[in-house]
This record gives sequence, C-alpha cells and structure tokens, in this order.
Amino acid sequence: MTAIYLLFILMLSVFVGFELIRKVPATLHTPLMSGANAISGITVIGALALAGGEYGQWSTWLGAIAVFLATVNVVGGYLVTDRMLAMFKKK
Amino acid sequence: MLDSILDTSLLINFVYVISATLFIFGLKLLSHPSTARKGNLLSALAMLIAIVVTLLDKQIISFELILVSILAGSAVGVYAAKKIEMTSMPELVSLFNGIGGLASLAVAWATIAGGVNLSTFVLFVSFLALLIGAITFSGSVVAWAKLSERMIGRPVVFKGQAVVNVLLIVAIVVSAILLIQQPEVTTWHYLVIGLALLMGVMFVLPIGGADMPVVISLLNSYSGLAACAAGFALENNLLIVAGSLVGASGIILTNIMCKAMNRSLVSVLTSGFQPVVTSEMVIEGEVKPLSADDAFYVLEAAQSVLVIPGYGMAVAQAQHAMKELQGLLEDNGAEVAYAIHPVAGRMPGHMNVLLAEADVSYEQLFEMDEINSRIEGFDVAIVIGANDVVNPAAREMKGSPIYGMPVINADLAKNVFVLKRGMAAGFAGVDNPLFFKPNCRMIFGDAKETLNNIIRQFSD
Repeated sequence: MTAIYLLFILMLSVFVGFELIRKVPATLHTPLMSGANAISGITVIGALALAGGEYGQWSTWLGAIAVFLATVNVVGGYLVTDRMLAMFKKK
Repeated sequence: MLDSILDTSLLINFVYVISATLFIFGLKLLSHPSTARKGNLLSALAMLIAIVVTLLDKQIISFELILVSILAGSAVGVYAAKKIEMTSMPELVSLFNGIGGLASLAVAWATIAGGVNLSTFVLFVSFLALLIGAITFSGSVVAWAKLSERMIGRPVVFKGQAVVNVLLIVAIVVSAILLIQQPEVTTWHYLVIGLALLMGVMFVLPIGGADMPVVISLLNSYSGLAACAAGFALENNLLIVAGSLVGASGIILTNIMCKAMNRSLVSVLTSGFQPVVTSEMVIEGEVKPLSADDAFYVLEAAQSVLVIPGYGMAVAQAQHAMKELQGLLEDNGAEVAYAIHPVAGRMPGHMNVLLAEADVSYEQLFEMDEINSRIEGFDVAIVIGANDVVNPAAREMKGSPIYGMPVINADLAKNVFVLKRGMAAGFAGVDNPLFFKPNCRMIFGDAKETLNNIIRQFSD
C-alpha cells in the first residue's frame, strides 16, 4: 500500500511541476536549471539518516559521501542562482 | 520512548509539508525576473528547514561525520558558485547534474548495503536510483568534458555501437534481477553500478556539440528522477516531491530545446548514428565584406537596431562591447532590441544570463516569435557569433538538414551585418544562404574588436 501512496504523491507533484515550470520565461531558463540543481540536492535529507545512523560502516561512509555531494549541490546551486538572478535588471 | 519517536517523526513530516509548499511557491515566483530572486531564496529556506528538522531524527546518533561532510560540501559549493565565469555556466550545471546523480547513487547503495530483509519493492526502487544516478553521473561527466573542450565535441561512434548498447541493456536487466534476488552479494552492487556508469558514457558519446542544450536539460531531469527514486527507496515524501519538480523542469526544457531545433528527442539521442546529410543545393549570389568604418555610417543613420547573439558572442566575450555600443546607439536616438533564439548558446537561457551580466535590461531581450512578427521594421540586424539560428535555409530550402527549424528571420531586416571570424559553417555544418543575400554584409574578424572599432568611430 505504501508504494501506491508514494506513487500518488509522485503523480500529483509531477503535474504541479509541469504547470509551474511551463510559466517560467525563456530568459530565466539558465537560473531555473541551476536552481533545479540545488533542489535535487534534497537527497541530503535522505543521506543524513544514513550517515548518522547505525546501518553498518559501509552505509555510514556512503551516507557521509552523499551528504557531502548533496551539500555541494544545495549550497553551490542556490548561491550561483542568486548570483545570476541579481544581474537581471530592469532599465 | 515509542511516543517520543512518533512525535519527532510527526514533527519532521509536518515540516516536510511546509518545505514542499515553499519549494512550490519558490518555483512559482520564478515566473518573472522581478520576483525570481525572492523565489530562489524561498526555495533555499525550504531546503534549510528540511535539513534542520531532519537532524532531529532519533535514528541519527552521531553528528561528527555529518558536520564534517556538510562543512566540506558547503566550502566546495561556495567556491564553485563564486569562482565560475558566466560563460562556463553550462559546464557548471553539467557538473552539478552529475554530483546530484552521484549523491542519489550513494543513498541508494547505502540503503541496499545497510538494510536487512528489504522488500522487493524497496530493492527495485533502490536499483532504479542506482541506475539513474550512475547514468546521470557518467553522462554528465562526458557532457562536461565535451562542453569544456577536454574531449572532441563531435559525435563519437564506432562500429557495432548499437549492438553493444543492446547487450548493455540486457546485462543491466540481468544484473538487476540478481541484485534484487541476492541483495547481500556485493558483487551485484558493483556490477549494476559499473554497467550503469558505462551506459551513461555510451548515451552521451554519440551526441554532437550542437545538441548539448538537449543533453544538459535531459541530465538535469535525470538528476531529479534519481532523487525521486531514492525517495521511493527511503519512503520519503519530500524527496519524491522535490525530485519530481526537478524531473518535470528538465523534461519541459528538453522539449523546448527539441522543438527549437525541429527534432524529436529520439533523433537527437541517436544523432551520431544517422548518416551525415549533405545538401546538393547551390547558393546563388556572392559574399560582400564590409569594413567596420562603413558599418558605422549605416549604424549612425539607423533608427532601430536588432542584435542577434549566438555562442560566438560568449567565446569572443563581446557582450560588454555590445552593451557599450547599445548605449551609443540609444544616445543617437535609435531603438535597440535583442533577439534570443531558444538554442542560442550551449544551454537554455545562456545568452540571457550573459547579457544580464553585461547590464542589458531583460526588457530589451525578446523571444524569437515576438521579434519575427516585426523584424521587417528593423533598419539593421547585427548577428554576433550566431549561424544556424539565423539560417534562412530552414525556411526556404527543402532538403536542407535544418529545413523546418524555427529561426530568427534576420534576412528580412533592411540591412544585416554578420560579425564572424571566417566563412566556416555552423554547428550543423550547413551553408548559410543568409551570407549571400543582397542585404547582407559580412564584417570579418573578432567580434569584440569589430564592435570596439565601431564604438571608436562613434566617439570620434
């Protein structure tokens, strides 16, 4: 049953995603992509439990690597997106 | 004890709902340049509260490793974000796609390696996360190498490649079955990951440099889907929501890029395998060069000027000179507009960022359709380092490889100046009849120098 419930969430958020992203103007497509990079760093919250829990040494190390990589994505992604968006000015 | 675990778990999931809402609002604000920055901040806030609340998880017993990883990751992230040149954004996004894929791979691997009595469903979705994560990683590394010219940009094909790909897919299916049946055998972990990494390389190798905007968008989508699959493995709602938002975003961009090149996704992905199309068409007319001095006299008299930039502008770093010229033209009473083709540059929206960096207002940047409807009214169209996106063959020459691709109709402006190094064909390898039109003049040389020459004439 959990699988079905998760699929429901997937289905609904894909639709929300399509509706939202369709409205992003072409001029912001590069910041959109780097912002999406940052959002895909959400894996970090899954990685935290693995890095700090008791799942065996190998899992802990893999979890820590995942925390590191996802944090690069989150911090780098949001900062570079902000840097770009700050340059978009009106006349 | 059990009560308190339930309480924190409830709190964590409640905050995840808030976080998901903020992600959605953040993306909503991205619908206009004036609110986009706020949207990005909102999205970052969503991420921050999600991370903080996750640390309350009772399963987390040791924080040292987490702290070190977060600090190291932040340092690398800050360094990359501050150091990167805007010209190299496609490379950075490519690398970030790859890092995202690798992170999901590691999460899925840790889930399989650390779990006991995992259900077939969890094993299957973990396999998917491993697969997509590995493909995203190795594919992005190849894309990055192609973009940064560390390897040749043209399609890499060899005899029997299609057969190898089919065998690879069969091998991945077999290894998936082995992994799901015997998750405790580590050999299968390595086998799946190795094969998937190889798959990613094989997927990007046959794709040429001109199609890189499509590849980056697609890999962007994959990095989200990998997070999504990891979310299924961990039964984590927020991972699924955020991952699918990214997945949807990448798919929409991929679709826009394909439409702008008048090609299907399948034809892009198999481009290296298709025979090179050569056009038998003979282009009538001759190429007429023009000096920067003469260009100045025409520009001085012009009432309206349209600038059409391409990747060549980024290579020549000519955007700042163009902005300076824009100022002079406007002081002279002319209207200046920029026309941006969706696939100009090496990733979606790349030109817009470069022009924004040079302080060009986003209100002066127009999309192809908008400008095509009024292009006849422009006195001068200046094409800087663009080729295929202004090629009238797409409109006029049935049988041309780019026939049917939507282009900016630069040839319909009263005068066309093409700033170009030489007569080389564009990425698509197609001759451009625009250069032979009676209203077109070629200004050969480095675009930045040419523009600076014209600027000097204005100040004299």
